[in-house]
Formats: sequence, structure tokens, C-alpha cells
Amino acid sequence: MYRLGIDVGGTNTDAVIMHERDVLAGFKASTTQDVTSGVVEALEGAIGKSGVDRSKIDKVMIGTTHFTNAVIERKHINPVAAIRLGLPATACLPPMVDWPADLRVAAGDSGYLVRGGYEFDGREIAPLDEEELDRICDDINARKIKVASVSSVFSPINQEMEKTAREHILRRCPDVSVVLSSDIGRIGLLERESAAIMNASLLALSERTVDAFAEALTSAGLDCAFFITQNDGTLMGAEMVKRFPVLTFASGPTNSMRGAAFLTGERSGIVVDIGGTTTDVGALQQGFPRQAATVVDIGGVRTNFRMPDVFSVGLGGGSLVRTNDQGEVTVGPQSVGFRITEEALVFGGDTLTATDIAVARGEADIGDASRVAGLDADTTEKARAAITTLLQRAVERSRISPEPIPVIAVGGGSILMPDRLADLEVIRPENFAVANAVGAAIAQISGEVDRIFSLENGLTREACLKQAEEEATEKAIASGAAPATIETIEREDVPLAYLPGNATRIHVKVVGEMEGANAVAAG
Amino acid sequence: MSAYTITENEMEAIATGGAFLGTGGGGDPYIGKLMAQSAIAEHGPVTVISPEDVEDDWLCVPVCMMGAPTVMLEKLPNGGEARSALEQLEAFLGRKADALICIEAGGLNSTIPFAVAAATGLPLIDGDGMGRAFPELQMVSFTMQNVAATPMVIADEKGNSSVIKAISNQWTERLARSQTIEMGGSALVALYPMSGAEVKKGILRNTMSLIFEIGKVITGERANNRNPAQALIEKLNGKRLFTGRVVDIERRTEGGFARGTAVLKGMDDDHGRTFRVDFQNEFLIALDEKDQPLALTPDLICALDADGGLPVTTEQLRFGLAITMIGLPCDAQWRSEAGIELVGPAYFGYPQAYTPLEDLPS
Repeated sequence: MYRLGIDVGGTNTDAVIMHERDVLAGFKASTTQDVTSGVVEALEGAIGKSGVDRSKIDKVMIGTTHFTNAVIERKHINPVAAIRLGLPATACLPPMVDWPADLRVAAGDSGYLVRGGYEFDGREIAPLDEEELDRICDDINARKIKVASVSSVFSPINQEMEKTAREHILRRCPDVSVVLSSDIGRIGLLERESAAIMNASLLALSERTVDAFAEALTSAGLDCAFFITQNDGTLMGAEMVKRFPVLTFASGPTNSMRGAAFLTGERSGIVVDIGGTTTDVGALQQGFPRQAATVVDIGGVRTNFRMPDVFSVGLGGGSLVRTNDQGEVTVGPQSVGFRITEEALVFGGDTLTATDIAVARGEADIGDASRVAGLDADTTEKARAAITTLLQRAVERSRISPEPIPVIAVGGGSILMPDRLADLEVIRPENFAVANAVGAAIAQISGEVDRIFSLENGLTREACLKQAEEEATEKAIASGAAPATIETIEREDVPLAYLPGNATRIHVKVVGEMEGANAVAAG
Repeated sequence: MSAYTITENEMEAIATGGAFLGTGGGGDPYIGKLMAQSAIAEHGPVTVISPEDVEDDWLCVPVCMMGAPTVMLEKLPNGGEARSALEQLEAFLGRKADALICIEAGGLNSTIPFAVAAATGLPLIDGDGMGRAFPELQMVSFTMQNVAATPMVIADEKGNSSVIKAISNQWTERLARSQTIEMGGSALVALYPMSGAEVKKGILRNTMSLIFEIGKVITGERANNRNPAQALIEKLNGKRLFTGRVVDIERRTEGGFARGTAVLKGMDDDHGRTFRVDFQNEFLIALDEKDQPLALTPDLICALDADGGLPVTTEQLRFGLAITMIGLPCDAQWRSEAGIELVGPAYFGYPQAYTPLEDLPS
């Protein structure tokens, strides 16, 4: 059986056909307004190139930046009734307090505060105020709001009150979709609540988009299950994405890094994705992108999603190469960008770019090499050195250990990468240009637990970690992971400062291969 | 020095500077920043006055948050607690406060007094009781000047409050700590009521201006794509301890505190070396591979994300994170015998004798 991986980016839609560990064919198309036609073009291209019988494709995995772009561009955002259970606590900072004004307005700017919520140890701050919920429901109906989010204080330790509130709302407003913060986020009320509100505001778009994907697959005669990749490179079922579009927010860079890991078989290394204008550099650990330590901003909103730690530098195939009065040669950050095919010297233009340097030095064979044959050797030498220095610095920033780990070069601009960077070997996989579609095709299933445990009544830290691991494993299996392939990739505990009773916050994440998939990820 | 005002936008720099002086602890000042920003938006800017402009007979009161910063990230305050604590303390004392004091110029508590100052219209005195963050209530310069922490009022978001009278500041810490836990892990307190004369004697001067400056340096350097470490070292007469990546992190809970040890592998100039930092909420000691101390409490050990350049808290430490550790000399008051007894290495259970940062090897 075969798998189809698709990456729907802002500019390009790429598709690959894979059989077990082999990439049979890749195809690049343009992303279209309706999504569907771009996906159809890409997948037909890949299927055609591979010559595979489409009835033998049994799984489709899609990576998309569609929902991230919607938030960043403030498009297709619906108004949300943002209901928080926490009074008398939390009143000083109402829902969306730290959002940019334009996004808050796009999301309806309707925050409601209700008595309720929990303490860190599970006691109620106040009983849920159901009468207030009734008044809010009347308001929702009067204003014809279609989606609501519910966020309770400490819901990651107890989801009950959020669930009760949802049932209550659905009785009075049966047509409203309700998103619970505890289904989405971790400890950190504002960040989790913001994620729930953004999620609610994107529900209509995710419904349409997932349907567009389904339509594209159906029209191509592909009648099989399809999955969408989430932030950490693992998969969600299409129905889950309809409910939780925010979980796809960082899938773009994640897929390109995971794809690079797969194409090379490396589980640790530095992935350098060189495009036309910028280079994204990230580290792979155990085959997964290393996550950012600090809080990540999406469209101006602080979130606590797990996102890859990606460092960007202004270097790409189209970077301008210039010599200043002191005779120093600089490369980037300015770039001719997508106009490279007209403006670079080797393409008949008259702008000296990083690509021209690579061609002049015989490191790449693109365009018309005779147009750069006359370049001054001193300039090309200095430009080469400047490019290498930029790449080396970026790689050093992402390097995890002094051990010699490989550098994996992907992306259209990876011709700029030398064969070695200081003591590090550079690997250039085949199919480097469609690494992110490959990343989608090889994604895994995960399960995660992040909660405060109380180490009392004889409970040990080890026992709690084990319990968390078991819960995470159950979640992964419920999401479709094959039990035999499950392994723990994150396991950490943070004792809560100043609290006796040994309250500790435990975070465990496990991953496994998709049930029934013969293909395995790298390693 | 004359008085100046802090506006909504300027709270951004105050919070960033406060996170840096938090020496890894004290919680992320983000929530406090938002509270101050909304209070300033509603009531107008905060006036910061020099300790020299405080009259000797004024009543000056520190207000702060007590408890687990992690709880505060989830159970945000109602917003009225600190003011309520202050008003009850005023009622108990039978007089109104004339000015507010920041107890801790690091972490969440560096920003909370700005919110209360905006809401009450009281001026905030340019200084604090720690010049950094410390985990316990008695660890302030005022304790060394024999200012009592009590009478103190502790208040929660539900409307519960109590007045504490204790025989020592250490006892105040014990009593208030247990009430904080019952109140749900976080509470707001008004304590150490003192005269203007006592303020002038005990306060660590100009630390509100300092965190503002630090925040501006960090923001400015980052805007120019530079890591702020070097600029901060030059500005604060500090010392680069090392740059390294976390390769092991061990945490344990002892006595209700987050204690732990991080092992870091040196990077860049420190390539090939190994370092260790110990913390109890805050970073307390940094050692090299030969167990030689590089910096010891009460000198400040501050962490910056080596990539992004933002301050890092101990709870954010994780495997693989690259940080630059910077040592800063603490206030001279902490280097006195009384200061070392209160917050020196021995109090936290370390065998090493305190040696000033400047006298330690690099």
C-alpha cells in the first residue's frame, strides 16, 4: 500500500507518494484560493509521476499553514462568546486582555466572567453560577453568536466544571459549538484560554478547509482515511482538526524538519532549510524538532503551544551579494526573493545573488554558467566565506552537543551549503525540495499529559510519572497509535514553588506509529 | 533625583527588567505587567519618587504577592486584593499610607506595586527590599534595619483576610506561608509598614529605575539582533559566568520550595567546560567543573536565553536550552554580616563561604 503526503503552504502545495520508506515521486504546485484545486494538481502530479495505482493509496497526510495564516492575516475569523469560570478570582484580566485590538474585534470582543473554577488542589474557588450562564446564553442567542469557548481556572487538573458549563450552554443554545480550554491547552490560564478562543473562531474555517481537502481527495478518486499534522509533527484525524484547528499552527517548519530527519535517517542533527530569502535552522532530537523554551506568539497573541525552536537568518538563494567601499563582501539579508528566475545573473538578469556565487564556483549547476564565468575570483571567494560564516553561526546556535552531529540541508536554496561546516558533515537528501510533504507523510500519533500531581498519601514521584505515562499512552492508542510502537519522548516534572504537600507538575508525551501503517519513521 | 512617571507602554520594559533581576525565580512578571497596564489605562500613570523626597513621618507600605508564581499563572487575581490588604492595614494602624514600596525588584513582585500605585494614586518609592528576588518574606534589607514585617494583612480574591502580628520576621514568614496555602496557593499582602525615616535607612535605592533601564537595554539590543548579555554586563558591572546548554536538570521539592540543579555544557568560549547551577526558586550558586564557585548568593545569578536574549526562569529550564549566565554584585547591605546570615550560602545549606563575585575566578 502507498501513502500520500501533501503540504499546503502559503505559496506552494507539494505532494509526495511514498511506499514504506521510499519516496516514489514528488510534485510542486501553486496553492490556490479554493485550496481544493491546488491540492488536486499536486496530488495528480505526484501520482502521475510515480505511476502508482491510486486505489492502492490507503492513507493521506496533509500539513497546512492555512489556520496560522488566517490568524496572522485576521481573515475568516468568527465572533466568539469567550466564557471564563473563575470569579471572584481572575477579574483583573478578562479574556483577550492581551490580544491586539484588531484581532480581538475580529473575534467578537465578547468576554464573560462567571463564578466558578478550581484551586490548584482541586477545591472549588466558587460553585458554578448557572444563573449567570443562563443570562450569557440569552445574550449569545440575541447576538446570534455561533461559537463559544469555556475556560475554567485550573481546568487542566479538573475538567468537570467546563463540561458542566458546556452542557448547560448546549441546552439553551443547541446550535452553538462549544470549545473547552482543557481540551486544548496546558497550565497557564491566559494562554490556554486564548488558544480556546482562537480555536472557536476558526471552527467554521476548519470545517470548510477540511471539507475542501476531503473533496479534493474524493474528486481524485482517493477514498481513504486522511490525517492532518499538528505542531509537533504528529497526526490528528481529519475530524479532530475540524474541532481543534489551532493544533496545526506550527506544522510547517515541523514537517520540513521531520521530513529532513526521515530522508536522511538521522535522529539528531541540525536541519537547515534554505529558501529564496531566509534560512530556517532547527535542531532534531530523537527524530523530532527541538521545542522552543519560551512562549510563542501567534499573530500577536501569547500562546503556550509546543512549537519547534526555529532560528531564521536572512540568507537564501536570492540574497544580494554586495561589495562595500572597504572591499568587504556582504551577502543578504536583502534578496530578490521569488524574482530570482529573472534577476539573478545566471538567469539573464543583472543582480549578483548568492546563487550566482555558487554557480561561479562550480558548486551548483543552474541557469547559464557562462554569465558568471567572468566574476572576480576575490569577490566569489569572499562571498563564499560570508555565506559559510552565516550558516555556521546559525548552525552553532542550534547545536545541542559538542558531538559531531550532521547538518541536513533541505529547501530550494540548499545549493549554498558547503560540504562541511567546520567539524560537521553536511548531508543533502534526495527530494530535498519536498521535505515538508515527506514530513507530513511520515508523521506519528502522540498522547500527552500535563497536570499537577500531589505527592501525598504515599504517592511517589516515580509512581506519578508512571501514571502520567500510562494516561498518555492510552490517549495515543485512542487516537490510533499502534501500542507496540509507543515510546516516551518527553518526561519532566516541575515541583510547584512554595507549596508543601509536594505538588508537582508532570508533563509526559508519548508517540507511536499509526495503527496499520507499515512504514516507519526514521530510526 | 526628581520624580518621574511610568506609563502603560513603559511597563513592558519594567517587566522585562524585573524578570532579569528575578535571578531565575519570583515568577514571570507577565501577569503583573498586564495588571499594571490595565490599572494605568484606567487611573493614569504611576509616579515614582526618590527615597530622598520621602518625608520622615510618612507611612510607607510594601505590597506584594505571596505564594507560588505557577498558581498565579492560572488563578489570576481579582485585582482588588492588594488594595484591600493595604486598606485593612491602614484601618488597623489608624492612618493612611503616604507611599508604596516594592518589596522585591525581581519577578512578578517587581510589577505588582505599579498596579496598586496606579489604582490608589499613591507614589511608588524608587527602591526595594531585595534588589533581586528571594524566596522568603524575611529576606529583605528592612529585616536588617530591624523593621518588623507585622502588623501585616494577607488577603485573597474571595474576600478572606487576616491581620498577622508575629514576634519576628521569620515567624511572620511561617504564619503567612501556611495561610497562603489555605487561600489557594497565592495571596496578596501589605506588610512592613514603616516610616519615611526607616525607608531612607533600609531601602535599596533606585532599583525601580534600574529594572526600567535593564528592560530598555534588553529590548533595544534584541531589536538590533544582538544578545543583550554584553551590554548588561557592561552596564551593571557584572561578569559573564558562562554560556552553556542544559544537559541535565534535576528538581526536587523540599520544604515547599523548588530546589534543583542544572548541569550545563559550555558553548562558544566555554566550549569543553561543564558548569552547575543550584536553585531554590532563585539561582543561588554557580560552580565550574572543579566545584569552584563562580558566583554565590546573595550576589545575583541571572540567566538569559542564549538565542532569544530574554530572561529565563528556573521553571523554564529544560534539556537543550542554551543560556548565558551573568553574575552581578549584590547590594552592599547584603554583604554585611547580617546580610550573609539572612541570605548567604549557609542559610540555604551550602558549605561554601560567601566570597564576593569580583574575588572569584572566572
